[in-house]
Amino acid sequence: MNKNLPLYEIFIRSKNGLHHKHVGSLHASDAQNAIMNARDVYTRRQEGISIWVIESKDITASNPEDSDAFYAPAEDKVYRHPTFYDLPDEVKHM
Amino acid sequence: MELSLEQKFQDKIDRDERIEPRDWMPDSYRKTLVRQISQHAHSELVGMLPEGNWISRAPSLRRKLGLMAKVQDEAGHGLYLYSAAETLGVERDTMFDQLHTGKAKYSSIFNYPTLTWADIGAIGWLVDGAAIMNQVPLCRCSYGPYARAMVRVCKEESFHQRQGFEIMLTLCNGTPEQKAMAQDALNRWWWPSLMMFGPNDAESPNTKQSMAWNIKRFTNDELRQRFVDMSVPQAALLGINIPDADLKLDEETGKYSFGEINWDEFWQVVKGHGPCNKDRLAARVKAHEDGAWVREAAMAYAEKQEQKKLNTIAVKTA
Repeated sequence: MNKNLPLYEIFIRSKNGLHHKHVGSLHASDAQNAIMNARDVYTRRQEGISIWVIESKDITASNPEDSDAFYAPAEDKVYRHPTFYDLPDEVKHM
Repeated sequence: MELSLEQKFQDKIDRDERIEPRDWMPDSYRKTLVRQISQHAHSELVGMLPEGNWISRAPSLRRKLGLMAKVQDEAGHGLYLYSAAETLGVERDTMFDQLHTGKAKYSSIFNYPTLTWADIGAIGWLVDGAAIMNQVPLCRCSYGPYARAMVRVCKEESFHQRQGFEIMLTLCNGTPEQKAMAQDALNRWWWPSLMMFGPNDAESPNTKQSMAWNIKRFTNDELRQRFVDMSVPQAALLGINIPDADLKLDEETGKYSFGEINWDEFWQVVKGHGPCNKDRLAARVKAHEDGAWVREAAMAYAEKQEQKKLNTIAVKTA
């Protein structure tokens, strides 16, 4: 038997209206316990009102070594930004 | 010309960018970080022990609540740091094994005993003060998960130092016996606190590389000097004396010069011959072993629940 309990990644919503944000990880026997442990480890000072946990092994991540090629297609698409379009200064509220 | 991986890595560091877990990094960088972060985590765990000694004997409910919250924070800090170290590919149990078998070190300060209640004040004031001095620059460490963990730790640590100083202040404003107790605690904790910054720069061969990697931002001696300069006026405010006959303000620089640290004592404690090394390690091992059945039971329960779920699905689809 593996001596380590499974590893969970912890996401916390600090208040309604904001995203859940990754805060770190911890070990727990199952997801319910991960939530209880996350309460004790990451919200001792009212840092959150909602917790998500996901087993680390279930996360698929992009490869940082490919990032140049992976994100390159966005580089030459300046027309996706509002400043690409020339308008006279007289135009207000746009 | 194609840059080598090492060159690209160092360029990134020089631009003060952060390194993240899946980024390429030299083995020696990874090893240095694993050693430093796991030692740091071990220090947080072992750091609970000297203070835990006084929870049941705290002089008031207010002090007891503060101390319990502080000790719980130390456990939390240990967990943030272990999880940061794990992002570098080292398993939690491997780190525990290294601690429990004495292969890994932790901060030597925790090998000194807490003899009186004033020691809890002195620890918060000096030991946590020195830790903050070390940890604040680590919030800008080049390794992302370590830096982020340190931001959380530093936010919480400030309460630790303030509760310690308040304990000292109360004792110093109390009876002559209480003030003497505070003085005695300062006498015993001052020098070990200065030792927390590590060997002199000339004796610290790894500092240069760690600074080139932006893991360390200041040298041991720089941080130690800042700590002395910060602590002297605080001791004056308490009305107790720092036990160093050579302590003297340099009017020109505004910095204090201070006496020679007893490095023999430092190395003795590092090598395991401090007053409490054996007790601390034994307490850690016992806590880990006593908790084994809880971890096993939780795992057995989780597996049973999982099996139940599978069985229900099997019945439904049958």
